[in-house]
Amino acid sequence: MKDFGFTMIKQRTIDYDQFDGRLLNEVLEMEPSFKVCLSCGGCTATCSAVDLVSFNVRRMNLLLRRGETVELESEIKKCMLCGKCMLVCPRGINIRNVIMLIKKSIPKYKTVTL
Amino acid sequence: MKHIVIIGGGIAGIETASALTDAGHWVTVIEKEAQVGGKLNNWSYLFPDFTPVDKIKSVLQEKCSEKDFSILHQTEVSSIHRKNGKFNIEISGEHQLEADAVVVATGYELFDARRKEEYGYKIYDHVITSADLEQLLLPNGDLTVAAGENPKRIAFVHCVGSRDEKSGNHYCSKVCCITGVKQAIELRKRLPEAEIYCFYMDLRMYGKRFEELYREAQEKYDIEFIRGRLSEASEKIDKSLLIKAEDTLSGRPLKMNIDLLVLLVGMEAGKGTASAAASCGIGCEDSGFLKTADSFLKSNFSEQEGIFLAGSCTAPMSVNDTILHARSAAQEVNNWLLRR
Amino acid sequence: MRREGKIQVWQDYQKEIADDHYFYVRSCIRQNFFPGAEQTFLKILRSELNKDIYENPHHTSCSGIGYHSDIVPFDTIQTVVARQFALMTEAGYQNLAVSCITSFGIYNEIIETWKEFPAELEKVRNFLKTATGREFEIPQNVSHASDIVYKFRHRITDKAKHKLVNQQTGKPLKIVEHIGCHYSKMFPSKGVGGAEFPHVLVGMIESWGGEVVDYPERRHCCGFGFRQYLVMSNRGYSVSNSKKKFESMAPYKPDAIVSNCPGCPMFLDRWQYVIEEMEGKTYGENGQGIPVLTYEEMAGLVLGYNPWDMGLQMHQTNVEPLLDKMGIQYDPDLKYAGKDGKIIGNPMMVGCGC
Repeated sequence: MKDFGFTMIKQRTIDYDQFDGRLLNEVLEMEPSFKVCLSCGGCTATCSAVDLVSFNVRRMNLLLRRGETVELESEIKKCMLCGKCMLVCPRGINIRNVIMLIKKSIPKYKTVTL
Repeated sequence: MKHIVIIGGGIAGIETASALTDAGHWVTVIEKEAQVGGKLNNWSYLFPDFTPVDKIKSVLQEKCSEKDFSILHQTEVSSIHRKNGKFNIEISGEHQLEADAVVVATGYELFDARRKEEYGYKIYDHVITSADLEQLLLPNGDLTVAAGENPKRIAFVHCVGSRDEKSGNHYCSKVCCITGVKQAIELRKRLPEAEIYCFYMDLRMYGKRFEELYREAQEKYDIEFIRGRLSEASEKIDKSLLIKAEDTLSGRPLKMNIDLLVLLVGMEAGKGTASAAASCGIGCEDSGFLKTADSFLKSNFSEQEGIFLAGSCTAPMSVNDTILHARSAAQEVNNWLLRR
Repeated sequence: MRREGKIQVWQDYQKEIADDHYFYVRSCIRQNFFPGAEQTFLKILRSELNKDIYENPHHTSCSGIGYHSDIVPFDTIQTVVARQFALMTEAGYQNLAVSCITSFGIYNEIIETWKEFPAELEKVRNFLKTATGREFEIPQNVSHASDIVYKFRHRITDKAKHKLVNQQTGKPLKIVEHIGCHYSKMFPSKGVGGAEFPHVLVGMIESWGGEVVDYPERRHCCGFGFRQYLVMSNRGYSVSNSKKKFESMAPYKPDAIVSNCPGCPMFLDRWQYVIEEMEGKTYGENGQGIPVLTYEEMAGLVLGYNPWDMGLQMHQTNVEPLLDKMGIQYDPDLKYAGKDGKIIGNPMMVGCGC
């Protein structure tokens, strides 16, 4: 292959057609309260970890819903499972359980990347 | 006996006519179509509780047949002039009516989705508007797309023709958010296997039981809400559609292949509104809808003494709000006539 | 896809295109990339359509590439444009015929600027007068050269020697049309058919017997983007854009791509070669590329002009598959012959799909 001094650029676009929803569906089935997240960010605002490390609880929802399992796996490790987010959540989501479910199931789907 | 002419035989016109007749006035309704009911005739079920439109329509029909007001069908107003404290109203067929008061209840027009060229309405086979979908939601409505199959993935676009400089409309049409939620749920009931997405900028669940329905859509009906406005739609070789938006909460562009695209079209003032309003000395808002004398205390008064306003000719309005606005218009007309 | 809907849009965006007496302004880069295209345009106008088209050898680059690369300031480009207009005025012409899409965008942008900000116009009149002693009138009509070919497309059909039809199968050739971004994305009303569904090339293709491929990424930029291409290490952005388009059009199995821009056919043509070299991927049939033409070259083929006279051998993606489908006779041995018939040597980087 010739080298022209430049390379192809990988697209940043989320290609929804490539999305593998197995992990998401499993989590939603086990913790249906997670369906109603509004992305308000109350969880992140109150999070004990968020001030110390770059961690965003709200984004767990998005990473899961876009199938970004690789990032998701490293991100959830930063959660200390204190449960403060659940005190704030306006939709009463059991966030701690969501994190635990992801932790438990993610090895099964780890190979799936976007 | 005082004579009141009401322009428009939609929900607002009939409701106002009915209440003014009850108050003992002589009322004439001018309706450009052959039947009353206006835009209600193109709808099937109403948010937020899926009330069949027929229920509201039959109440309107009943009022028309039981109450003693007359309706001039297929008639349009050509001019309104004030003469000796009364209004001279010229109507099609070169007839004239004389009235003590006039109620404008001319309603709205749906945004013509073809103006959002990037969505390909009337060009791509499987792009429809919320109004088109409403017909398909009737029990015999055919929802199939290419190859006669049910759509597997459906997307709704919120704010089509609303909150959009390019469409010339800065305002919010108010009812589209909840219409989208309602229609998404109705589609889910018909198509249990389909994936259904709503692309929104904000979800404006302003009314009674709207927010609850939105929550139900997520919780019970698995409708997925993605925050971002569609930039474009394109038709693929198999007639499916490629859509693009930013997933604004992730901060990344997103593309998706879908089988059916529903455009939640907004409301606009009727095309002739500005010139008609100018000819009888009443003003329009920047939005193009008719101007009310005071937004808090005189929402049924135009800028001209004796010309009243009812319903969605003043702003985008739900069926419920229109009924209330019409009833208050009748009250205001009655009070005004009594004071004279 | 419903044609009636497109027809409605096309009717909404019709523009005035001057009928005759054009002052022609050339593109800087087309004469290197597709050296026969502009000559073919002049030949069609003069000998086929009997039009008066004049060009003044003193006209210059519009400096648009410099402007879009943040090298040429706005005052400078306005004055350069004013000078072109002065040459037009001095020659007694009022209708500008623009070869380049970048220039077309520049001329329209500047004329619109002068409408919105008359003080700019007065300033530029003064600059030009001080620098060159020249004065100018604003053109009455600014048409892109493709607008003009579009306007007279049916007269070209009448004189056609070949159609955009596969001679073996009798079916219309499937042609991708690619519109330069600055043709109508800046001012939709200044392009035939507007920005979303431009009709300018569609009209030509359909009149000459072809079928237009409407593929999902039809609106997407070819990737030229000025700055993306001018710096070598940035060219990945450019080629990735073109690749996105090729991937999107490939399922339709297009027989050719036609464009009305200087940059687009260049990149859609050359990048096919580069992608083959980088990734081993080709987008045409049998491991070949998809031939890329300018609309003048397409018109020239329809009118029966010799492909080598029009410089089609300068394309990196070989055009022979298209010539064969159209039933056009050509001598392969003369592909790299000079004007005098002597072979001037084969190119070192051979075409895509060779």
